[in-house]
Amino acid sequence: MSLEELHKRIEKIKQGGTNKYHEANKAKGKLFVRKRLELLFDEDMEVEDAFFANCLADDLPSDGVVTGIGKINGQSVCVMANDSTVKAGSWGKRTVEKIIRIQETALKLEIPMIYLVDSAGARITDQIEMFPGRRGAGRIFHNQIKMSGRVPQVCLLFGPSAAGGAYIPAFCDIVVMVNGNASMYLGSPRMAEMVIGEKVTLEEMGGAKMHCSVSGCGDVLVETEEEAISFARNYLRYFPANYKNKPEVLESKNAKSFEKTITDIIPENQNAPFNMYDLIERLVDEDSFCEIKKLFAAELITGLARIEGSVVGIIANQPRVKGGVLFPDSADKAAKFIQLCDAYNIPLLFLMDVPGFMIGTKVEQQGIIRHGAKMLAMMSEATVPKISVIIRKAYGAGLYAMAGPAFESDATLAFPSAQIAVMGPEAAINAVYANKIASLSDEERITFIKEKQQEYKDDIDIYRLASEMVVDAIIEPNQMRKELASRFKLYETKNVTFTERKHGVYPV
Amino acid sequence: MTEVKASMAGNMWKVIVKEGDQVEAGDDVAILESMKMEIPITTEQGGTVKEIKVNEGDFINEGDVIAVIG
Repeated sequence: MSLEELHKRIEKIKQGGTNKYHEANKAKGKLFVRKRLELLFDEDMEVEDAFFANCLADDLPSDGVVTGIGKINGQSVCVMANDSTVKAGSWGKRTVEKIIRIQETALKLEIPMIYLVDSAGARITDQIEMFPGRRGAGRIFHNQIKMSGRVPQVCLLFGPSAAGGAYIPAFCDIVVMVNGNASMYLGSPRMAEMVIGEKVTLEEMGGAKMHCSVSGCGDVLVETEEEAISFARNYLRYFPANYKNKPEVLESKNAKSFEKTITDIIPENQNAPFNMYDLIERLVDEDSFCEIKKLFAAELITGLARIEGSVVGIIANQPRVKGGVLFPDSADKAAKFIQLCDAYNIPLLFLMDVPGFMIGTKVEQQGIIRHGAKMLAMMSEATVPKISVIIRKAYGAGLYAMAGPAFESDATLAFPSAQIAVMGPEAAINAVYANKIASLSDEERITFIKEKQQEYKDDIDIYRLASEMVVDAIIEPNQMRKELASRFKLYETKNVTFTERKHGVYPV
Repeated sequence: MTEVKASMAGNMWKVIVKEGDQVEAGDDVAILESMKMEIPITTEQGGTVKEIKVNEGDFINEGDVIAVIG
């Protein structure tokens, strides 16, 4: 028995690919896979399996992927990490089998699964062994789908995620992309040029910035790998290990203090822009807001935060961008975020300041109705505690999409400035009295419109809506944090099953 | 050179800057009126306003160029 031989082999495998590839990665600001893992875990990885995979081949250490278990914030997690110094991180038969096995482990142990992706995709020379069969790459995605909503799945994208490989990020709860290095695409620019004649750069077609701001396939854009890893460590603090548990409650921190109170920052004029971040900062524990999809569909803000130490998921209209109007992309963004929170028992807070869904040919052709329906369906199905607060306006289907009273939210609260209506006063008067307005002289018209708008405003007065019990409470803006904290605490024991059926048939 | 484009369709309500003005990234360049809301249009890049491409009162489509900053 030669221990010397064992140690020699271990040392060699731990080095990964040849020096040339290490240097090439370094030049791009990319860390070696084992360094990435060192940064990810509290301490070292605790167990590693199939370290010797493909060790009889000389140039395929661990077959280009590291799989194992370690701790993040004290919680065990399973990890798979591509080694791009080994055949560009491509997938051979054993690479795929290793990924499948670590997924199965995560599912059995009911702990989160982290994917550190940096891979050129399938190793064409191995295709029969790794592509089509029962334990081929398809099984990776099948497993991801099985795991979805049972254990958190996080993808850190450090390099390419090409062709079929691009479905790993697609099925993760969250995708963090490193600007300049990370990319996602089904066919490379070279292939696009050959097959469809399109000339395009990789950045434009599948770069990190594009995916995080245009396609919505990426959630968080970072500048360095270290930043990506520290984001993942922080993000996981908001989640339980699996769907059977609740997120950890941390010690309460005060909200950041500002000279201007909430009452001071809400504009009198319903139509004037207002920066919703200013309100969020005044509601949540200081430095606890972890925003998701910041660059995508910015007219709707989604993020995790803590109020008095407890985790909440915030969905907020942003009047500063596109007037806070809902678009197909903002509806999709909300739908995914609501699913994420509901899956892991994170209560939802809806902050409404919404003129409604966008209208016009462009959005109708994009299918705004079916995208909006997705948002409504996910919101409606969510059984975690749901509180909605009408900050200024809740018009049209905006009221519905943002968890209005009809959708079994636990409470609908309103600021004294709140307006709830099918549409705003200007649009309503124009719609109802179009013929009459057209028949009036200029002078008469102004007086008439003003008069009718005032009548309309009186009709949708918030005290009238409170009297009709449409809203459960009118709250003092400066007391909002306290109100939310105590309501969320009281709703903690909520125990509702939406349905026993297989699944609904909603638009996608 | 960077083009400041309309984020959504609407009426050009107010053009805030004029040719020759200095702007910084994040500054409002114009305000659209759409869905009865005031929609500020900001520049992602600082510089000098080289050209204003719209008039107040114009109907603007999503993606139309409002100003050129250089």
